[in-house]
Amino acid sequence: MKPDNRIRSWEITSEANFVSRRRFIRDAGLAVGAALTGATALALPGRASASLRDLETVPGPFSTDETPNSWEDVTTYNNFYEFGTGKEDPYRNAQEFVTEPWTVKVGGECDKPGKYDYADIVGPHALEDRVYRHRCVEAWSMVVPWVGFPLGDLLKRFEPNSKAKYVRFKTLFDPDRMPGQRRAVLRWPYVEGLTMAEAMHPLTLMVVGVYGKELPNQNGAPLRLVIPWKYGFKGIKSIVEIEFTSRQPKNSWALATPREYGFYANVNPEVDHPRWSQARERRIGASVFAEKQPTLMFNGYAEQVASLYAGLDLRKNY
Amino acid sequence: MLQTLSPGTVRALKVLVFLLCLVPLAVLVLETFGVGGMALGANPVEELIHRNGKWGLKFLLITLAVTPLRRLTGWNWLIRFRRMLGLFAFFYILLHFLVYAGLDQRFDLAVIFEDIAERPYITIGMTALVLLIPLAVTSTRGMMRRLGRRWQQLHRLVYPIAILGVWHFYWQVKLDTLEALIYAAVLAALLGFRLAHWWRRRAPGRFSLSRSGHDRTAHARRSV
Repeated sequence: MKPDNRIRSWEITSEANFVSRRRFIRDAGLAVGAALTGATALALPGRASASLRDLETVPGPFSTDETPNSWEDVTTYNNFYEFGTGKEDPYRNAQEFVTEPWTVKVGGECDKPGKYDYADIVGPHALEDRVYRHRCVEAWSMVVPWVGFPLGDLLKRFEPNSKAKYVRFKTLFDPDRMPGQRRAVLRWPYVEGLTMAEAMHPLTLMVVGVYGKELPNQNGAPLRLVIPWKYGFKGIKSIVEIEFTSRQPKNSWALATPREYGFYANVNPEVDHPRWSQARERRIGASVFAEKQPTLMFNGYAEQVASLYAGLDLRKNY
Repeated sequence: MLQTLSPGTVRALKVLVFLLCLVPLAVLVLETFGVGGMALGANPVEELIHRNGKWGLKFLLITLAVTPLRRLTGWNWLIRFRRMLGLFAFFYILLHFLVYAGLDQRFDLAVIFEDIAERPYITIGMTALVLLIPLAVTSTRGMMRRLGRRWQQLHRLVYPIAILGVWHFYWQVKLDTLEALIYAAVLAALLGFRLAHWWRRRAPGRFSLSRSGHDRTAHARRSV
C-alpha cells in the first residue's frame, strides 16, 4: 500500500477542522498498519474500516467548509433499519454483510435496461470528495465527507425516455443478510424515489465512499444516494434496483406514516414534523452543553435547489 | 423466613436500596463528564433525556409492583420501600424534564410552552409530571396522617400518571414501538392485578374456588 499524499478537499482545513482531520489520519495510519501486519481485530472505530480500501478521488464542487464529523460519529451513529432500529445497530450488525458481487437491475422507462455489475455502475465515473451537510428528520445533523459521483451522470447512461418522470430505487431485500428485515418495522424492501429533475441535479450524489475510503457496510455499502437538501431517509442505501417511472413512486416512510413523511421530504425549518419541531437541529459530536443550531431552508442548499420547487406548496408537499 | 424482618434489617436494606437507586444517576454523571472513558455517545443530550425518562418509568413500574408483590408473597415489609421508590421515580422524571428544558431548550420558556401546547406527546408527559408533584409533596408521614382517607384517594393518581407516562413514551417513538410496548405490557399486568383483586373483593361468591388465601382472610375479616 503506497502512502496517499494527495490533499483532499476536506483536508484543506481551518483550525477547527484540525482535530477531526488528525483523527482520520490516525485511523488511516492504523488501517495501513493493520494491512501490513495482517491484524484484523484492531480496536478501530468501525471494525471493518481496517479492510476498507482507499479510493482515488478528485475534489468535487459544493463542499461546505464546516468541520466534518469524526469517522467514529459518521460510522457508528445512523439509521439503517435493515440492520436494526437503534442508532448503533447498523454499526454492530452490518460488519459481516458481504457486498461482492453486487448487481443493480435497471428498468422502466429507459432505452438501456439490464443488469449491471458494481464495476459497470461505478467504473466510468470519476470519484469526487464532497463534504455535505446531512440533516436527519429526527432533528440531528452531521457534516460528512462523502465520496461519489453525480447520480445524473449515471442515469444518463441508461437513456431514460420521455415518459420517465421519476426514478424509483430499491434496497436489497435479504433477511438472512439484513437481520433488521426479520421484523416488519417498515414494509420491505425499502423504496425511495426522486423526480427526474431532482435525480439529475448536480448536488445529488451516488455515494460509494466516505472519508476517502470505501463505504462501510453500516453506511449503506456498496451504493447509496445522498440528496443533501432532503432529510436523510431519502438517501436510500444498498441499492439493487433503479427504475424510471411515469408515476410518483411510493416511498417507504410515506407508506408507513403518510401524515408524517411525504415524497419530497425537503429540509424545511418552517414545516414541523407533526410530533416535533424542525426549526433547529442538534449537531452530532457537539458537547453535551452545546446549543442547538437553526435549521436552514433546504439544509442550506436553497441557492442551488429552490428553483426546483417554484410554485409548489411545500407545506402540503412535505 | 422473609415473612417478617426485624426493624434493623429493614433499615439496613433501605440504605442499600437507596444507594442502588442512585446507581443510574451515578452512571449518567460519569458518562456526561467522560470519566474513565465512559461516554453518552454521539447524541449526548438525547441520550440523557431518554435514559432519565426510561429510569423514571422503570421506577414508577417498580413502585406499582410493590403492592402486587406484597399480596403474592405476604412480605408486608415491602410496603416500607414504596415511598422511596416512588420518590426516585419522581426524581428521574424531574431530571428527564430538566435535561429537556435546560440542555435541550436552554430554558427558553416560549419554546417549552409551545412544545407543551402543540406536541401531544409532550402535553401528556408534562401532565404526568405535574400530577406527580402533589404525590411527592404529600409523601411524608405527617401529610399521610393529616390527609387520612383522602391521602389514599389522592395517591390513586399514580395509575393515570403511569398510563400517561407510558403513553408519552409510546407516542414519541418514530416507528419501532417494541420497547414502549414492553413497558405498556408490564403496566397492564400491574394494573390488571389490581383490577382482578378489586373484582374478587367485590364479588366474593363467584371466585370461591380460585380465591387466594389472602383474599379469603380479607373476606372473612370483613364478614366478621
